[in-house]
Amino acid sequence: MLRSRIIPSLLVSQGALVKTVNFQEPRYVGDPINAVRIFNDKEVDELIIADIQAGITGIGPDFDLLKRISDECHMPVCYVGGVRNEFDVERIVSLGIEKVGFSSSFIEDPAIVERSADRVGSQSVVVVLDVKSTPHNNGYEVRQRNGQLVVNRPLVDLVQDAGRFGAGELVINSIDREGTGLGYDLILADQIIDLVGIPLTFLGGAGSLEHISDLLNGRESLGAAAGSLFTFKGRHRAVLLNYPSHSVIQQLGK
Amino acid sequence: MIGVVDYGIGNVAAFLRAFGQMGVPSMRVTSPEDFDQVGKLILPGVGAFDWAMNKLDSSGLRPKLNEYVQDRAMPVLGVCVGMQMLFHQSSEGSVLGLGWLEGSVTRIATDQEELRLPHMGWNTVQVTGESTLLEGLDGHEFYFLHSYSVQTPNIDQIKGLTIYGGEIVSVIEKGSIYGTQFHPEKSHQSGCKILENFILDTSHA
Repeated sequence: MLRSRIIPSLLVSQGALVKTVNFQEPRYVGDPINAVRIFNDKEVDELIIADIQAGITGIGPDFDLLKRISDECHMPVCYVGGVRNEFDVERIVSLGIEKVGFSSSFIEDPAIVERSADRVGSQSVVVVLDVKSTPHNNGYEVRQRNGQLVVNRPLVDLVQDAGRFGAGELVINSIDREGTGLGYDLILADQIIDLVGIPLTFLGGAGSLEHISDLLNGRESLGAAAGSLFTFKGRHRAVLLNYPSHSVIQQLGK
Repeated sequence: MIGVVDYGIGNVAAFLRAFGQMGVPSMRVTSPEDFDQVGKLILPGVGAFDWAMNKLDSSGLRPKLNEYVQDRAMPVLGVCVGMQMLFHQSSEGSVLGLGWLEGSVTRIATDQEELRLPHMGWNTVQVTGESTLLEGLDGHEFYFLHSYSVQTPNIDQIKGLTIYGGEIVSVIEKGSIYGTQFHPEKSHQSGCKILENFILDTSHA
């Protein structure tokens, strides 16, 4: 049986590994290549690497860094951040990165997913939506540019567009929960699950393994991604990259 | 020496690194002359079927690859789309495959259950026959990422099956031609064992 994927999510800014809370106050936590090596040794299911500067600054993906990451990786990697077009996708996939995610570029031009899938196949094209709760629009809105800009299309439309234009995966990132450790937004998860027939990954809020089982129990096979949980240990949030043992992962993911 | 066919499609570095960690000499095969230096081949593949086949064609490596695999029986391991390329054709595209194995590639059937496609993540492989690649690996988990899968009339060539809705052919072996639908180079220790089994096999030496 296909089991759920449990996925450390790493944020990169100007070549350094950082961590944020509610998309704010990036804190330096180390070197990305070193982190990849540690997660290799821990045999993680998959890794999400998001460059939070590449899109904002307009400089695009750091291909040298991606090559170094890919050369180190024994596990599947999804890269997100500043991916501008299908040519960027092709180049990143050619480096050996399995999956490439669009965020702002998809919101501005959903057909970018289709053009990319024509080249590299649907399985390598991911859409990432940053979602925030709001009193309007059925409770949620999509944001772009690291959460600073409200997108004036409903979440439902964008989710369905991701499926219709042939994305191979949808990552839903909760801005409200990001870095808080309060648990996944399960109401949001349940809204999304029935909307689209592609693999789904939820990110934002996991503060414990119980939060992961809260998301996975009673739902179909999903991706459960987490940043802080696998980056920090203890009350003082000391940086210590960590990941459960394979037997715990298999149990959680059943 | 293991040669990883480098026709411009990812994962080559991941294989070289895996072999490096195992202490096995390996190299990229980027030109027709490189085939003379290697004893076994990895044919990686990601992306759409036509995209991968077109890349292989434009690399100029296809004639030599054909010669070495078909005429000289050099062992080859096709991975993911690389496995699909061993067959005649795929419903994902219109370009013909290598045609070394009888069968075709079709989209995974989702009509009976509400299956999400692509088939993405860690799934188990059940050994269905005497298998070189799967020696010691029955029931292990491997990483899958695909929406299309292989159909073959030659059931004896199917060595591993994986359940996703119905049965998916996850390992195929015919003489010196091998294929895995999953990614051994991204499947941690179990994946390394697949590569090791491929390298250590001497039945086609």
